[in-house]
Amino acid sequence: MAVTDRVQTPPPNTNQRASRDKSVKRLAFSQKVSKWDVKLSPYLYISPFFVLFAITGLFPLAYTAWVSLHSWNLIGGQGKFTGLENYEFVLAQPFFWNAVGNTFSIFLLSSVPQVVLAIAIAAVLDANLRAKTFWRMGVLVPFVVAPVAVGLIFNNLFADQAGLFNELLTGMGLDPVRWHSDSLASHTAIATMVNFRWTGYNALIFLAAMQAIPRDVYEAATIDGAGRLRQFFSVTVPMLRPTIIFVVITATIGGLQIFDEARVFDQAGLGGADRQWQTLTMYIWELGWGQRNFGRASAVAWLLFLIIVLIAMANFLITRRIATQGGRR
Amino acid sequence: MHSRARITALSATAACLALALTACGSGGSDNAGVEGETGTEDVTLSVGTFNEFGYEELFTEYEELNPNVTIEHKKAATSNEARDNLTTRLAAGSGLSDIEGIEVDWLPELLEYPDQFADLSDPAVEGRWLDWKTAAATTEDGQLIGYGTDAGPQGVCYRADLFEKAGLPSDRESVAEMLDGSWQDYFDAGKKFVAASGGTAWFDSAGATYQGMINQVQNAYEDNDGTLIATENPDVKDIYEQVLQASVTDGLSAHLTQWEDDWVASFQSDAFATKLCPGWMLGVIEGNAEGVEGWDIADVFPGGGGNWGGSYLTVPTQGANQAEAKKLAEWLTAPEQQVKAFESKGTFPSQVEALESDALLGQTNAFFNDAPTGEILANRATAVEVTPFKGPKYFAVNDAMQQALTRVDVDKTDDPASSWEKFVTAVGAL
Repeated sequence: MAVTDRVQTPPPNTNQRASRDKSVKRLAFSQKVSKWDVKLSPYLYISPFFVLFAITGLFPLAYTAWVSLHSWNLIGGQGKFTGLENYEFVLAQPFFWNAVGNTFSIFLLSSVPQVVLAIAIAAVLDANLRAKTFWRMGVLVPFVVAPVAVGLIFNNLFADQAGLFNELLTGMGLDPVRWHSDSLASHTAIATMVNFRWTGYNALIFLAAMQAIPRDVYEAATIDGAGRLRQFFSVTVPMLRPTIIFVVITATIGGLQIFDEARVFDQAGLGGADRQWQTLTMYIWELGWGQRNFGRASAVAWLLFLIIVLIAMANFLITRRIATQGGRR
Repeated sequence: MHSRARITALSATAACLALALTACGSGGSDNAGVEGETGTEDVTLSVGTFNEFGYEELFTEYEELNPNVTIEHKKAATSNEARDNLTTRLAAGSGLSDIEGIEVDWLPELLEYPDQFADLSDPAVEGRWLDWKTAAATTEDGQLIGYGTDAGPQGVCYRADLFEKAGLPSDRESVAEMLDGSWQDYFDAGKKFVAASGGTAWFDSAGATYQGMINQVQNAYEDNDGTLIATENPDVKDIYEQVLQASVTDGLSAHLTQWEDDWVASFQSDAFATKLCPGWMLGVIEGNAEGVEGWDIADVFPGGGGNWGGSYLTVPTQGANQAEAKKLAEWLTAPEQQVKAFESKGTFPSQVEALESDALLGQTNAFFNDAPTGEILANRATAVEVTPFKGPKYFAVNDAMQQALTRVDVDKTDDPASSWEKFVTAVGAL
């Protein structure tokens, strides 16, 4: 009330001063705003990501932890609080440890050849080729195919009796490989699907990094008499280190969460009659949607999260060591 | 002006309420919600189905009969998609259609939450379905949660040409006679066949054969109170051993897993001679065995009748128009309508009267050597005696059992004894 009164009846003589006051105030205010602008705006600009992350990443993570401490049915919902019982149960299951083993086996069989192949393909694409864009687009085509479609096609190729691969093998007089009953064979088959899909994608990332390497380094190497192979190992690969770290870490996270390819490897989708290729995410799926036990499924989900964090940290430490060694040399 | 409009609106609402109340009061008891009682309010009913229920033309017909009703059809491509939709929306407490189609396999789980579904039991529909069809959708205290649509009565499909080559009788009457009796008779005939067949197996898969046998056991895996008895039940162990004896020791199985690529391909390579087949399997066989001649179907099922599959219509209590939805579900599952659905998409009826309809009994199938499939499957449907009890853990246990059989029959990573041990461990972890 008081404020409005004063505004309504300004003393006629002080008009000028008031306006000067106002401009000073406005200046002060705009200065204040610009100060806040400098301090706060960057955070505001970046905040959409963090708000989104809090909603779609952090909240589900916390809620999963909450669910994992209860007995919880898919339809029935929250049951009684059970503490760490779900974790104890899951850790005592041979299926859980089997799934951990399978996940790592498939992950290694897929990411190691993937990174090596991707660098090699990128190096070839980096050379002077005719129709560059065509070849570069070409390596990305498998990535565009939906994983389930890849699964269908490869399933047909890997069928134990009627599959193309086994027909080729038997045609050459060899024994057919038991893709769906032998553990390692099934991992190889699934890793093939993963590699088919992701190698080209990673190759493009490497290619982008290779293009950023200054050409005069290569010129100097050529003058020094280094051949193409020598240039690749002594110039390209060391300069790619940061990119390799990035690709290895993303491949690790993706590899430990492998689901689609393994799930569509047979019709039942449970990872084989003897759980030959049941991965951790498939085990979560079995507990949650098969047995409708969300408490135990969430417990496995959290254990998987912890494993990924551990591996990512180990990854980071190792790759950083390699990177700094490279820098020192 | 403003306040007057408000008063008018209020009194109108009150009048509506009063009308609605009296309508309920008079209609409820004597007029048990079937025909004649067409409402005058405009309603939109959503109906969720999957695959092919054969209802498209029926919806138009119902809308013509009831001008106040508009039907909105939500069709999922696969039953898995429909199931995920149903369970997540049940859990969320909203978003379901007024009528939801469900598959018989989902019932054990849904019966645990009877208050999510309207009680559909009604004197008007008593005796409409085969007893076992209704029994599967009824809770212990008598609440009916779904109206039966189609069913999957099983017969035996066989390759007449291969039978003939092996010196076995091949016309469907003699085959029915030969296979009539216990499973042992079926396996014995198989031994005779395999001895003369030169490499062709008797049946496709140990798992599928087991499924036919276990569906004839009243309480295979769980007691009626839900106690797990799967690993101690002598019937289960006995059937397990019988099937593996026949499959592996006697070599009657083609060592395939149903629905796998190898299984699909095997129809083209004369891999096996017989296959247990519910009505809907006829189309699957015809598709997979395109160009292969000699398939036929016999009016017989070893060890008594058997059913595999079939659907129901439920009315979730989430819906706002339960009374209207129930009326529509009731109409859709009446024998006359089910026969029309059968003519449209081949969904085999579960209604007693529909099984006697001429349209159904007159049906023949050209691919199966012009067999009178309508008549045969109608006979098979009435031969079903047992409604297996399927409690909350039935499917998890059955999956474990199927894996146990696959380990021995297909993968050959285990012998029957060690695979049984793994089965016991798996059941223990449920």
